[in-house]
Amino acid sequence: MQFGIFSVGDVTPDPTTGRTPTERDRIKAMVAIALKAEEVGLDVFATGEHHNPPFVPSSPTTMLGYIAARAERLILSTATTLITTNDPVKIAEDFAMLQHLADGRVDLMMGRGNTGPVYPWFGQDIRQGINLAIENYALLHRLWREDVVNWEGKFRTPLQSFTSTPRPLDGVPPFVWHGSIRSPEIAEQAAYYGDGFFHNNIFWPADHTKRMVELYRTRYAHYGHGTPEQAIVGLGGHIFMRRNSQDAVREFRPYFDVAPVYGHGPSLEDFTDQTPLTVGTPEQVIEKTLAFREYAGDYQRQLFLVDHAGLPLKTVLEQIDMLGEEVVPVLRREFAAGRSADVPEAPTHASLKAAQEVTTV
Amino acid sequence: MKLVVVSAGLSVPSSTRLLGDRLAAAVGGQSDVDVEVVELRDLAVEIAHHFTNGFPGRKLAAAIDAVTSADGLVVVTPGSCRRRANGCSSASYSGLFKSFFDVIEPEALAGMPVLIAATGGTARHSLVLEHALRPLFAYLRAVVVPTGVYAASEDWGAEGLDGRIERAAGELAGLMAGRPAKKGAEPEVVPFEEQLAALRPAG
Repeated sequence: MQFGIFSVGDVTPDPTTGRTPTERDRIKAMVAIALKAEEVGLDVFATGEHHNPPFVPSSPTTMLGYIAARAERLILSTATTLITTNDPVKIAEDFAMLQHLADGRVDLMMGRGNTGPVYPWFGQDIRQGINLAIENYALLHRLWREDVVNWEGKFRTPLQSFTSTPRPLDGVPPFVWHGSIRSPEIAEQAAYYGDGFFHNNIFWPADHTKRMVELYRTRYAHYGHGTPEQAIVGLGGHIFMRRNSQDAVREFRPYFDVAPVYGHGPSLEDFTDQTPLTVGTPEQVIEKTLAFREYAGDYQRQLFLVDHAGLPLKTVLEQIDMLGEEVVPVLRREFAAGRSADVPEAPTHASLKAAQEVTTV
Repeated sequence: MKLVVVSAGLSVPSSTRLLGDRLAAAVGGQSDVDVEVVELRDLAVEIAHHFTNGFPGRKLAAAIDAVTSADGLVVVTPGSCRRRANGCSSASYSGLFKSFFDVIEPEALAGMPVLIAATGGTARHSLVLEHALRPLFAYLRAVVVPTGVYAASEDWGAEGLDGRIERAAGELAGLMAGRPAKKGAEPEVVPFEEQLAALRPAG
């Protein structure tokens, strides 16, 4: 099972000091977070993609390429890549390039984006969000698998005799996850292709996650990729840890209370009760994370959100240290126990390459 | 059949709730219904949190389930009056009333028989039913009975209110009895090939 960090990349004032990091600070902090993840033995770093303030990561492959050069094992990923407003041709090229530079340590997650004006800024219409996700990905899927593509669709200029370069490393397209909070069409899309499905599993009650994952698993089997239990599922998680649970609550509350997205709403206690958020000790994080399996089944990838709402970099790095030293080793052991032998690991470049060699021999 | 009363009255006791109860009893007199009352006052904080978080707390989720799974609704809001302490609203339904219907999925009340009712300081505001409530439920594609019931303070001591209550209740009971059976809660998945085919250029 893979463990990692996903970052939204928000520039938010630290409510306890009033200090706002510069864009440069935040971009460098994201790199430091990724490198810390590798240092403590985590497997994945995924960045968001945004095209409006207060977010910095508009150019994910630039950032991931830089991290790839400085890390050795870490898988670089996204959460998410906007399949709606990016040109699928450019996604094909950018991520194939990244794949070569990173020696295959790359996958990516498709998402639609929920910021209304981003669509018109990129010449699209948010009401076509699902259709854009479907058509653009259908093209991307072909660009990585067919050397020469002739194509015509609804949303983009037709292509005649187009070859996307560089070709995927070793002829193996990057593995793709599809992320959605509550659109069944996206779970269906992931299932159809036999791709991974990721539920962010934060800020919402777990029953959203459960419903979407169940649908994906059922449809994955329907399309003949394997049993429902063999479908490739990733989940998010939202944590803040200290050795002592009261210290965690005391330190995190000022950030929680005014956080973007969920701040100025219910109390930290109510939110912890109603969503997958854990604020407490490493043991409490272990307990709650292991319980994800009860509604999502055995899954392949767990990403944690640790760096939002203005938390200082030092605090975030401490969180990742605790994940690496105390939480993830236990989660690896406990998740492995009782996991059925025919539940696969998350696909990697190496495993996909090996599978391709078997089928072509 | 299940009848749910949604009352946005804020004072305790509330004339808005009183009107809701009268209407529910009148519907019960004309058909066999189980009545459940949703008091929005008890849900005010969870409704506000739904706006900040995008998901309902447990009590609110139960209320939304009750309303969307009902066979018919009686909805009652305070209308206009000049006494803020009584939970009066300004020239429309109350903000709390509207907020509750703002957090319900827009398709969830399609075809739902609804009896609209309001209370207020004077009969001068009685058209709130026609210019505010009826368009709201039309937007939600609910089926609103022809008779809306408005009770000004003076109506509680005058003739005529009970006749309007009976007429509106009869209309609601009739609609509820004639409503087709509810669809199952099975989530609908459009098979992927169909989604893809819909995007293919013609010819």
